[in-house]
Amino acid sequence: MAAMTKALPRRLVGLASLRAVSTSSMDTLPKRVKIVEVGPRDGLQNEKMADQAEVLKGIQKFPGVTYPVLTPNLKGFEAAVAAGAKEVSIFGAASELFTKKNINCSMEESFQRFDAILKAAQSANISVRGYVSCVLGCPYEGKISPAKVAEVTKKLYSMGCYEISLGDTIGVGTPGIMKDMLSAVMQEVPPAALAVHCHDTYGQALANTLMALQMGVSVVDSSVAGLGGCPYAQGASGNLATEDLVYMLEGLGIHTGVNLQKLLEAGNFICQALNRKTSSKVAQATCKL
Amino acid sequence: LHCFQPYVSGFSVCLAGSVACIHWETSQLSGLPEFVKIVEVGPRDGLQNEKVVIVPTDIKIELINRLSQTGLSVIEVTSFVSSRWVPQMADHTEVMKGIRQYPGVRYPVLTPNLQGFHRAVAAGATEISVFGAASESFSKKNINCSIEESMGKFEEVVKSARHMNIPARGYVSCALGCPYEGIITPQKVTEVSKRLYSMGCYEISLGDTIGVGTPGSMKRMLESVMKEIPLGALAVHCHDTYGQALANILTALQ
Repeated sequence: MAAMTKALPRRLVGLASLRAVSTSSMDTLPKRVKIVEVGPRDGLQNEKMADQAEVLKGIQKFPGVTYPVLTPNLKGFEAAVAAGAKEVSIFGAASELFTKKNINCSMEESFQRFDAILKAAQSANISVRGYVSCVLGCPYEGKISPAKVAEVTKKLYSMGCYEISLGDTIGVGTPGIMKDMLSAVMQEVPPAALAVHCHDTYGQALANTLMALQMGVSVVDSSVAGLGGCPYAQGASGNLATEDLVYMLEGLGIHTGVNLQKLLEAGNFICQALNRKTSSKVAQATCKL
Repeated sequence: LHCFQPYVSGFSVCLAGSVACIHWETSQLSGLPEFVKIVEVGPRDGLQNEKVVIVPTDIKIELINRLSQTGLSVIEVTSFVSSRWVPQMADHTEVMKGIRQYPGVRYPVLTPNLQGFHRAVAAGATEISVFGAASESFSKKNINCSIEESMGKFEEVVKSARHMNIPARGYVSCALGCPYEGIITPQKVTEVSKRLYSMGCYEISLGDTIGVGTPGSMKRMLESVMKEIPLGALAVHCHDTYGQALANILTALQ
């Protein structure tokens, strides 16, 4: 920063220290980012999910890879454990209306259900990841206050979730709103326990993710080929594409451990199987070569 | 900081600098500008690359007229380049003459050489752009001459433009990577930008032509360019080929 200050023309020196505040945001990027691939669940959710047990039993479990599954209630949790799950996820929301419409109960009731799961998980030594939907906006309530998101996140964290994934469910967020929300949440929950799950419905996902990284988040949810549309906006895109995320992180010199080539192949496979075009720009660009 | 007059750029950066200090105090927490000028390049850069069909003249004019009503303050209309090279822009004169020029909106056109410049002025253009590159190979393949030769041509154009009180904007392609050379050094981008700025371009648009840039490479390039060119004279032009455009733009804003 000092070198930059000296090089600026005199008339802009006044702004130099202020500029240092803004450019230093790039210096706060994490060295490694954990990517949580949600394609097979969040992405393929539009297809029927009746075959959970078979899928979980049928996959080849690679060492060093965790295979979390969603369990909305105790029954689901027990079935997951029976099928061999070692990690489960629970899905809360920062909106009362969304909770009612999505899981048919109030937020208070949902916390009771989660509490039951968390207690059972603790006994069985199973990790639980918490999700908070609608962190940057709700399809029914509209604006969501950062304080509300912080409250729900804190609740899930104190119940025993090792990590909370904050989801911009309808993709309406922009970097400023992401920043405000994270500022509030980080006062209650340590950054290392946070993840972001941005939807690309309005093309803001990568920019929002970058902002989250600058704020200190180092876990990002994304979906191969950008699988998963938006149930609230017909034809709109859904998840941030893992390929596009990895491209950005690699360019930034941030370690992910992910092989982009193999990822592209996986994305190609599922798009062919589903007979759909990839939503990943990197995949689209690479195919042309 | 961004509401400046092109001819008095030196003064307005100073003036804007002191005004900006006050604005920056409120926005320094976000490190973002209070106002961003968007330069709409759809009708030229956008349509130029539509391969499937040559867009009819009346459609181009309609598009520009509609854009003029959105609040955009700068709309790049067309390119006064030979139709042999860019068939999509063959109707440049008709488009320039055919659009309705709304008050408060500027309508720059691309003029790669003196001939194109004179045609543009005859057709009613009041602002022009010249297109350089930070890559020798790209310059040769794209405009059929070296960077040095292209600067010579642009200098003629920009000098003539300034004589007629016509502002000139400079573009630098391949600012974050070249389809032929691969990596492009920030120093090269700075060198070319400085050339265009000192010959009289009021603003330099730094283009990630093939969209390969990421926030890190954007930052490094801008840090280099900003040592030579004032912030108020810079713009970015990011392609979304790899889905990085918005993230790269956010970085540039920061």
